Amino acid sequence: MTHSFGKPLTRNEDPRLLRGEALFVDDVELPGLLHVAFLRSPHAHARLLSVDLTAARARSGVIAAYAAEDLGDYWKPGPLLVPPPPVPGMVFHQCCQVPLVKDKARHVGEPVAMVVAESRYIAEDALADIVVEWEVLDAVGDLEAALQPGSPLVHDHLGVNVAARVHQHRGDYTAAAKAAALVVKRRFTYDRGASIPMETRGVVAQWDPRADRLTVWDTTQAPVVIRNGLAAMLGLSERQVRVVAPNIGGGFGPKMMMFYPEEVLVPWAAMRLGRPVKWIEDRLEHFFATTHERSQIHDAEIALDASGRILGVKDVFLHDNGAYDPYGLTLPLNSQCTLLGCYLVPAYDSVFTAVFTNRTLVTPYRGAGRQHGVFVMERLLDIAARELGLDRNEIRRRNFIPADAFPYDQGVIYQDFSRLSYDSGNYAPILEKALDAIGYDRFVQETQPKARAEGRALGIGVVCYVEGTGIGPYEGAKIQVQGSGKVSLATGIGSQGQGHATAFAQVVAEQLGVDIRDVEVTTGDTDQFYWGVGTFASRGAVVAGSATHEAAKVVRQKILKTAARHFECAEEDLVLADGKVHVVGVPDHSITLGALAGLANPMRGAVTPGTEPGLEATSYFGPAGGATASGAHAMIVEVDPLTLRPTILDYVVVHDCGTVINPLILAGQIQGGVAQGIGNAFFEQLHWDEQGQLMNASLADYLLPTALDVPRMRLDHTVTPSPLNPLGVKGAGEAGAIPVGALFAQALEDALDLPAKGIEILEMPLSPSRLWEITNGG
Amino acid sequence: MKVRVTVNGVAHEREVEPRLLLSDFLRHEIGLTGTHVGCEHGVCGACTILWDGEPARACLAFAVQAEGHDIRTVESLAPAPGQLNALQQAFQDSHALQCGYCTPGILMTMTAFLAENPKPSEEEVRHALSGNLCRCTGYQHIVDAVLLAAERGA
Amino acid sequence: MKPAPFDWQAPETVEAALALKSVHGDGARFIAGGQSLVPAMNFRVAQPGVLIDLSRVAGLDSLAWSPDGSLRIGAMVRYRAIERDAEVARHLPLILEALAEVAHPQIRTRGTLGGNLCHADPASEMPAVMLALQARMEVRGPGGTRILPAADFFLGPLTTALAEDEMLAAIMVPPLPAGAGTAFLELARRRGDYAMMGVAAVLRRDGAGRCAEARLAFCSAGPTPMAAPGAAALLVGTALAAADIAAAAEAAKAEIEPMGSVQASPAYQRHLAGVLAARALTLAAERAA
Ligand SMILES: Cc1cc2nc3c(=O)[nH]c(=O)nc-3n(C[C@H](O)[C@H](O)[C@H](O)COP(=O)(O)OP(=O)(O)OC[C@H]3O[C@@H](n4cnc5c(N)ncnc54)[C@H](O)[C@@H]3O)c2cc1C
Ligand code: FES
Ligand code: FES
Repeated sequence: MTHSFGKPLTRNEDPRLLRGEALFVDDVELPGLLHVAFLRSPHAHARLLSVDLTAARARSGVIAAYAAEDLGDYWKPGPLLVPPPPVPGMVFHQCCQVPLVKDKARHVGEPVAMVVAESRYIAEDALADIVVEWEVLDAVGDLEAALQPGSPLVHDHLGVNVAARVHQHRGDYTAAAKAAALVVKRRFTYDRGASIPMETRGVVAQWDPRADRLTVWDTTQAPVVIRNGLAAMLGLSERQVRVVAPNIGGGFGPKMMMFYPEEVLVPWAAMRLGRPVKWIEDRLEHFFATTHERSQIHDAEIALDASGRILGVKDVFLHDNGAYDPYGLTLPLNSQCTLLGCYLVPAYDSVFTAVFTNRTLVTPYRGAGRQHGVFVMERLLDIAARELGLDRNEIRRRNFIPADAFPYDQGVIYQDFSRLSYDSGNYAPILEKALDAIGYDRFVQETQPKARAEGRALGIGVVCYVEGTGIGPYEGAKIQVQGSGKVSLATGIGSQGQGHATAFAQVVAEQLGVDIRDVEVTTGDTDQFYWGVGTFASRGAVVAGSATHEAAKVVRQKILKTAARHFECAEEDLVLADGKVHVVGVPDHSITLGALAGLANPMRGAVTPGTEPGLEATSYFGPAGGATASGAHAMIVEVDPLTLRPTILDYVVVHDCGTVINPLILAGQIQGGVAQGIGNAFFEQLHWDEQGQLMNASLADYLLPTALDVPRMRLDHTVTPSPLNPLGVKGAGEAGAIPVGALFAQALEDALDLPAKGIEILEMPLSPSRLWEITNGG
Repeated sequence: MKVRVTVNGVAHEREVEPRLLLSDFLRHEIGLTGTHVGCEHGVCGACTILWDGEPARACLAFAVQAEGHDIRTVESLAPAPGQLNALQQAFQDSHALQCGYCTPGILMTMTAFLAENPKPSEEEVRHALSGNLCRCTGYQHIVDAVLLAAERGA
Repeated sequence: MKPAPFDWQAPETVEAALALKSVHGDGARFIAGGQSLVPAMNFRVAQPGVLIDLSRVAGLDSLAWSPDGSLRIGAMVRYRAIERDAEVARHLPLILEALAEVAHPQIRTRGTLGGNLCHADPASEMPAVMLALQARMEVRGPGGTRILPAADFFLGPLTTALAEDEMLAAIMVPPLPAGAGTAFLELARRRGDYAMMGVAAVLRRDGAGRCAEARLAFCSAGPTPMAAPGAAALLVGTALAAADIAAAAEAAKAEIEPMGSVQASPAYQRHLAGVLAARALTLAAERAA
């Protein structure tokens, strides 16, 4: 049997992408296609007094223009995607985004009017024809200012800018602090960034009156959910709506947000106008209209005994929601839970306040709040180690959850509403591998002292993290052997480059003994697979992969049964390999899967009662809980002591994501994650002025790292399979990105010998300029 | 106004507005959607094409400026339908793409780069790549792919 | 991000180009490589009603050396053509060193030195380099040709001394003094970005090895490219020892007016100016025969 599971196979999806043949949403061309542009609020906070579309509608080439009142009953705030979890005593105010501004604009870039024209060029021309009267209001962007009495209110009816408050605790932190030999208390800040996929968002919608169906091409990570929602909004039944998420040019989370106003409006316009309609977000719009992430302020403390064992952690933090909160509490809950990391924390007391601000919405972006938790905990440990005179790795070793303690219940509620429980893990060997690989001892004993003597500033960083992955509720997969002998697989999740078409094919191939190139995978087409949730929280491989595995096992049984009837032998005597079945020892006498598929679908006679035609199966998988991956990153950095520009000299990732389906794809996921982590730590920051205007809304000013900014990374793995799914896999999508901020802070402090000067790095992101200010007393 | 542009060896004549960007001309007028658009301000590199053999941004030129010039896009790389050229093959072999959105621009940039520098060092490859942004891969496999293509004599 | 409509004109002579500009005035813009103008038009911050394409104008794209060793760069010479010119590399390495920091090859294929100077971005490398090289601008207008020293050409951010009906026809770069050493250094957030701070240095030694002439010019250091004549004067007559260079670099910090950006605070920029000036002067001193 050809084994492909676990092999570094190259990808099925590549040839079409490499030849420029793959379909992305903006590639969809339809006869009579119309194009949309949106007029967006130029103000962060302003009451809308009037919108006059007369001139825009009169412009030649303009087909229609709409403001909020033109939507009639269709104007509704979006749905709450993730209701708050059952934490006793929590506060939650639901305020979801609206399709077009009606009463007031709450962030720059909120859509106010929609123009539909013969070309995007004309649609943009017409935006200048629209006359809007605004009453500009004071805007609030600062988290602490937003909570002061007298602050401008993002949602007037609430009377406050509090979106939510959640208190979770286990053990008695006050007692822990009293008993502690050392309590370290610091304030940590993490500022906004954005995911910036290379493809912006886009929607194309076509209403076919003859088929009585709507087709929508959407850059979404969750086509099934979009289909269901659109059907409900538009008064259609779900079978009347087909949502296709074709190739997606990167998502990283924000393409999982639902529903964006444009997603609601474009299909509506297509139905109303009876012509296909396309909207492709431009890069400028993207900076305002696609969701952001990351602003939090933590006041955190850690209590330890004299040997460096953690007695407890207390954290009070503010989370920036932006103007609306359709994603509920996912992000701050992730921060709250992930803070506990790989460590035994007997007492934990954490309360967060989610805050409305006059800024673009905040929804999960790769890491999804986990960065913050890891940053706070790892920094606290670094500082505590220093104060106790302990090696920074030793303090981590002393506090790791021991390998025999799994499954380990952290005693708090996670984003999937279940108790945060780590399924499996073994942290110490990961750290040791990372230290070994980076050459920690040699660096500390030889390299660094020598470099310092030469006036060079070299530093090392080592941090650990966990990543909750693969949460429910479920995904499904449908597998069918085609008459051609090829095997088709459809799932409901979308793919934005994670290599699902290959990884899932490997899962199928493993069961059915076919070449992975003969497995045709469709993701993201609701006509191909009806049910599903979406690609987020590093769950694709875990949840849809497991469903695929289950379906493949059933198809395997059907193949063997059909073949056994054909060969008139026992199933145990059959061999399934190379796309054929033969009787053991008689490889020449075989039947292809295609022929078997034909036999399983007879044209005459009767299908035996209790059986089904075809070699086909659909299975679903819902994990009992999330699978917790873990890892350690280490790096050596050199900083120009005068300009403070860092250069990464070596970077090591040791990662445990359970069983690995395809090491090549996994390596890509991790490398890409690290690159985003580096961007987040040292290049990317959204800068706002007092009026809530974004000051660097271009790729020239919002700095994505280039090939010269991301170093070569060396990867290694340990494998602790997850007991929660049949494949033993854990997600790996976010691991690369999560710990990089904490790593940069530690390594830069070390390189510049900052602790000796009484300087600590307690904020992210950094830049040479900011680092200079910090080190010069700023 | 009328514009005549040679794209991938084929002459195309179209009536266009002067303001039509070359990127939109390629994608939406003549249907070559392999050239991608990621920023329309010259930074991301997704729209990189070859202009008389030199890499250039299709989003920073008007179609009318391409009058009489030889434009090449990603669709010109494969030696025959269904095949990959050596650079493309090295990209697949090295897992140098994830979402693939940046890939056409990178292939065009690297095609010109390797023609000029057939045996580059890693550092040179990284420099040459620095005008193309990729959000998915962290670049390492792209660098590997270019070095592999060079080694294979692409 | 699609440009507003405009009329397209592609004249073939300088006279025709100037005539079009006279007719359309402020509403018309010349387009050279388009690498600054087209992004601005895509963002609709620039909406010229007429574009006058200079790429088909005869005679603007030549690069020519005079017998006295000065170089005349036609306004439409693309960066790539300058980069590939072996003589430029030999005689004016400062230009190449700085050009390598300007954007990326894909931009340099189309971008022109003339367009860059007319764009007059104070963060741009080339205006500072032209200041340090004491280049002169050949300006053509309806009344004929006038020559402006680089120092008089740049008036402010995105503002030059060109009148509405004038164009830049060529840049004339005089030969460097024999044995001069030059260096360009900058610090940008990423390769190819506009610099947070950049500096061009030119040094010449006398027969005794003492500094006979010094020039320093900065980019991203004020509303225009900024020369630092005071700091340069401090160097003349010194042995260009580390302490001499440090003193000049420190003095230069007081001669600039960095304005800050989202990437760098003015204080950090000023600090960088000192660091980079010292490094560039050290390099130039090593290179000066
Ligand atoms: C991604 C990116 C990165 C960049 N990075 C840098 C960088 O690091 N450093 C840097 O210096 N530049 C950078 N640039 C800008 C680049 O250098 C431009 O090419 C240059 O500034 C303008 O040259 P152009 O020929 O493209 O001019 P155009 O864009 O065509 O014109 C610029 C302006 O000059 C006017 N003009 C042009 N020619 C004439 C003339 N002969 N007479 C009168 N007016 C004229 C035009 O009307 C216009 O106002 C970057 C550009 C991009 C897209
Ligand atoms: S689309 Fe042209 S460079 Fe980004
Ligand atoms: S592969 Fe997705 S941007 Fe490069």
